Amino acid sequence: MATVQDIEIRDSAARAAQAADDMQDLHGEKMVLNMGPSHPATHGVLRIVLELDGEVITKADPDVGYLHRGDEKIAENMTYTQFIPYTDRLDYLAPLANNVAYALAVEKLLGVDKDLPLRCQYIRVMCCELARISAHLLGLGAFAMDTGAVTVFLLVFTEREKIYNLAEAASGARLTTSYTRIGGLMRDIPPTWCAQVKQFCDEFEVTLAEVETLLTRNRIWVDRLRDLGVVSKEMAIDYALSGPNLRGSGVNWDLRKNQPYLCYKDLDFEVALGSVGDCYDRYMVRMEEMRQSVRILRQCIEKIPGGWANDKKEPVNIPDGKITLPSKQKVLTSMEELIHQFMLVTEGVNCPPGEVYFGHENPKGELGFYINSKGGGVPYRLKIRAPSFINLSILGELMPGAMISDVPVILGSLDFVMGESDR
Amino acid sequence: MTALEAAQKIKAQFGEIISEPAEFRGEITLKVADAEKIADVCRFAKSIGFDYLVDISSIDNYGNDPRWTVVYHLRAIVNGVEIRLKTDVSEEISEVPSVLSVWRTANWHEREIYDMMGIRFKGHPDLRRILMWEGYPYYPLRKDFPLAGKPTDLLGVAFTRVTPMEGGPFVTVAGGNDSIAREPRVRVPESQDVELNARVEARKDNKEMRGQAFGPGSIEKK
Repeated sequence: MATVQDIEIRDSAARAAQAADDMQDLHGEKMVLNMGPSHPATHGVLRIVLELDGEVITKADPDVGYLHRGDEKIAENMTYTQFIPYTDRLDYLAPLANNVAYALAVEKLLGVDKDLPLRCQYIRVMCCELARISAHLLGLGAFAMDTGAVTVFLLVFTEREKIYNLAEAASGARLTTSYTRIGGLMRDIPPTWCAQVKQFCDEFEVTLAEVETLLTRNRIWVDRLRDLGVVSKEMAIDYALSGPNLRGSGVNWDLRKNQPYLCYKDLDFEVALGSVGDCYDRYMVRMEEMRQSVRILRQCIEKIPGGWANDKKEPVNIPDGKITLPSKQKVLTSMEELIHQFMLVTEGVNCPPGEVYFGHENPKGELGFYINSKGGGVPYRLKIRAPSFINLSILGELMPGAMISDVPVILGSLDFVMGESDR
Repeated sequence: MTALEAAQKIKAQFGEIISEPAEFRGEITLKVADAEKIADVCRFAKSIGFDYLVDISSIDNYGNDPRWTVVYHLRAIVNGVEIRLKTDVSEEISEVPSVLSVWRTANWHEREIYDMMGIRFKGHPDLRRILMWEGYPYYPLRKDFPLAGKPTDLLGVAFTRVTPMEGGPFVTVAGGNDSIAREPRVRVPESQDVELNARVEARKDNKEMRGQAFGPGSIEKK
């Protein structure tokens, strides 16, 4: 015998209210998820302790320091020149730029940063811009791969390989370049180098356009990046973000323009700015920066004093025996040069007592060196202002409210490197 | 506004406790005599335009009093003017007011200085170690901390036991031994741990291994 039962069917708004009421009791059960330190999306050894309410992040506590080597302590125990190889290992995606930043800081302490030979300045600028492209490419490739676009990763690594070849041609090493010296460079670039850079620029522009077609208007890419991880202008300044992360929020600050060093004031380039400060803006800023870097590279090959082969023997080192090493020929034949070489190697460059801070526009942001000297060839205190460390400190503010699948996107858009963050 | 004008403005506001601006390589440095006032000075500096805190560093003036110097690098984003503030604090106090309420970026800088130098920041809500691990007993950036490090008794955090995977297919340990057995420069902590002691005894050259830190050792006080 069938029984008839009344079923109450309410409208959808009432049902939603009822569901919300029922869910009330389910709240309060939060889950703590430990992400890292060896998670594939953190690209390095960043650990984040996430507090989750369902799929929504309610609290994020970044934990850094897994790659701490004590670089600042090490720097206090060696001469200025001996520390150059350690700068390779800060931001290991752009060692050439780190070398330049460190050399410029020590040269500022010596008071010779304005006296660098012009050829040296142009070569250093080219190194910095190549490093910027290399670092942005890796950041972009890894970023895209974390969101599922693996092709980009393969494309950018082909281009990075060419930059490694250029670094090898100039310095002899692909990764640990140590190309700069206090007051100059390890050696001049080989005669064919500028032609290779030109060829790289031509090929790279094609690849960059291809990457652009894969990502910039890709529906999935845009949907995942837009309006996510929004950093307002005020917040970016308050957290002292730097580099593309600061400019992505629309703050017009680029040390190459605002505090020009080397020969940047003679070069024509634009500073890319975002408007909203979301992940998509930061991506766009990096893309534009790479295009501007190519523009700078092209101008440098045109303008480099001494030409490509340097037939006129333009110097690349400051001609001061108390700062840069004399030529080996002179050391073997002249007493004065022999003494200079001996003093430089055993005691280091004799720096005056005093303190300087030099900030350099590195791919990741402002890499600063604060050097406190008591005179002599060893710093009393060397503080590294690591852009990745400071850019990461905003994570605790940026993550809450985002979904768990947004974590790799936010991390990728901030583009950090732990070797630099942890020093 | 130039850096010198800004320095004069700060000096006019706080008077005696601010030193005459010193210039070196085009950078202006102001010394704040009273470390207790540093947060107020920073707040005033922010109100006259220094909205960007570039960096906070610390210096250990070992053998001199006061022992610590804390250095603040400020910048005004609109015009790029930069200024440096320094303040000294003695070892007995080892505490300066936090500037976290002025710039939020100070959070990690202050944690790092606490971690590396052992200077505390009054009013910091979350003063934990950041680069070293929680429970690490030393402050490694101090001048009396040897470059080679120090052995520590905290076995649970500083030294680990043999990994459970040791000898497995993906673990490459030279000779299948742990570091105590194969590494001549290994530091062995003083310990009552039976298992650890057994491994030390197993080494042939275990004489004088205990409590040894290799390197230049501690600096003699002047």
